[in-house]
Amino acid sequence: MLTSRKAPEPLMLVFLFLALVLLLFVVVTLANMVIEQVVTDLPALINAACEKSVIKSISLSMYAGLVATFISLILGIPAAYILARKDFFGKGFVESVLDIPVVVPHTVAGIALLTIFGANGLLGAPLESYIQFRDAFAGIVIAMLFVSAPFLTNSVREGFQNIDPRLENTARSLGAPMWKAFLFVTLPLAARHIMAGSIMCWARAISEFGAVVIIAYYPMIGPTLVYDRYLSYGLSASRPIAVLLILITLTIFIAVRLLSAGWRRYDKD
Amino acid sequence: MIRIKGLHRDWKEFALKGIDLEVQDGEYFVILGPTGAGKTLLLELIAGFHAPDCGEIFINEKNVTGLPPEKRNIGFVYQDYSLFPHLNVRKNIEFGLRMRGIRNRSKVEKMAENLNISHLLHRYPLTLSGGEQQRVALARVLLIEPDVLLLDEPLSALDPGTQDTTRRLLKKIHNMSDLMVIHVTHNQTEAQILADRIAVMMDGKIVQVAAANEVFDRPLNDRIAHFMGVENVLKGTVTSNNEGLTSIALDSCEIEAVSGCAVGEKVHACLRPENVTISVVPVKSSARNAFEGNVIEIEPMGALLRVKVDCGFVINSFITKQSALELGLGLGKHVTVSFKATAVHVV
Repeated sequence: MLTSRKAPEPLMLVFLFLALVLLLFVVVTLANMVIEQVVTDLPALINAACEKSVIKSISLSMYAGLVATFISLILGIPAAYILARKDFFGKGFVESVLDIPVVVPHTVAGIALLTIFGANGLLGAPLESYIQFRDAFAGIVIAMLFVSAPFLTNSVREGFQNIDPRLENTARSLGAPMWKAFLFVTLPLAARHIMAGSIMCWARAISEFGAVVIIAYYPMIGPTLVYDRYLSYGLSASRPIAVLLILITLTIFIAVRLLSAGWRRYDKD
Repeated sequence: MIRIKGLHRDWKEFALKGIDLEVQDGEYFVILGPTGAGKTLLLELIAGFHAPDCGEIFINEKNVTGLPPEKRNIGFVYQDYSLFPHLNVRKNIEFGLRMRGIRNRSKVEKMAENLNISHLLHRYPLTLSGGEQQRVALARVLLIEPDVLLLDEPLSALDPGTQDTTRRLLKKIHNMSDLMVIHVTHNQTEAQILADRIAVMMDGKIVQVAAANEVFDRPLNDRIAHFMGVENVLKGTVTSNNEGLTSIALDSCEIEAVSGCAVGEKVHACLRPENVTISVVPVKSSARNAFEGNVIEIEPMGALLRVKVDCGFVINSFITKQSALELGLGLGKHVTVSFKATAVHVV
């Protein structure tokens, strides 16, 4: 790339300006809410943080998101490996299908899930005596899983694609059966992508509202509680919870990112 | 012994066709061919990374065609060494043993010592030089005591100095352990120096299998000859060495080179054709080697001509068409070939 110390390229200035607009759009929107809450009504924020139902909802969001991420890992890693390593007829189609949840409106996803997992649904009906999804924890997890799994699968697939198959071949020739080569060579080398994919997956899961609210309004997850308070009591009642939700998720994200920063050394690039 | 019978595999864009090979115990066998001939794919078929469409592979009389790689007891070293970047050198080396559920620190350390990498055991592969990575890869593969060592272009990613050391190391390993080696390369010099026998491979087929010298001296067809003949590789014995200026006796004459070789050592003098000068009258120059002879062949090669001169031994030279015109070169023309002692690479 051409670099010049004296005069920056005009196009670069335009790009910088536009990037700044995008950055400010995100930062100002969120920061404004947080700062206004802290400055004008700090007691309400503290009250919200101490309120039992708020704590319960936010923890439920986190926990259900974790469960959804864990299931995504179990289902997504094998799919990602097959897509990264094998060429087969209809591969493009399979890839598109796995990506569909990203483009489906979330309320639509919720309705679709309900027709499968609802009390009269395809799976919901026969499973009803064992597990309920409608207005239940399992329903929240299912909705989160549906919308967030593609993020994990795609990230992990990219990780697997970056690993030279020759490393796996070498491991095999050194006496490792396929499962050992996968466990001791492929998985550790994809660790950063698996971590990044999991973070994205979890983030997407706990930010989900549309699909969850249709299949399980209760028990209320964080976003549902914010919506519920907004409808019942207005902005001033819902904002403290929203701020709390933002602060907690941001803290966890930053912490996880920092913790996994050292994993980069496994990468070739 | 490895026996390959009628091996066939079609990848749509490329195919290996009817490969028949036999490699004896303790043999250093080189598969030589231009880039894209399918050498690496053949090696990978032997290793079991791909399955053939038809044909059979026997290792020590056992049919391994249907066996996965981990059950073939082969050692495989890729061109880029394929060290595991997330494991340090020690863990890389002991990988094979650990996969077999064996822990043997002393064996690992002894192997590291043999290959002069003991000081690297705690390091990670990406921090090592090419030569060091190569030795780690060799240590890792030798530790599992394979029935056959498969080497994919083991020298081509190294700088020339390291290539020399590694070539000697490969020879030493082979001589010491009497291990069967199948070595794939596109480098004729490398093949001639290391190989007991050479298989020439082109377009997915084995086109000639013979003793190393025979492939060079009596190539089966002009394509093989063309592929082989680019380099001058002269066999000889060192007769004197005066502060690096080395005299090497060939069959009919003596040439001078710069090397650290000791008197009496059997060596190969390698000379690139572009370093050989042709003149029609004896000229005074700094070139230590000058021989008279007759032009026996002139062959166009793009902007260059390849001129073969017989001066007791045959030597190839690249010259421009313009030079040939000015010198009035033609078949049978009496000329003087000269090259500097520093242009001769002694191995």
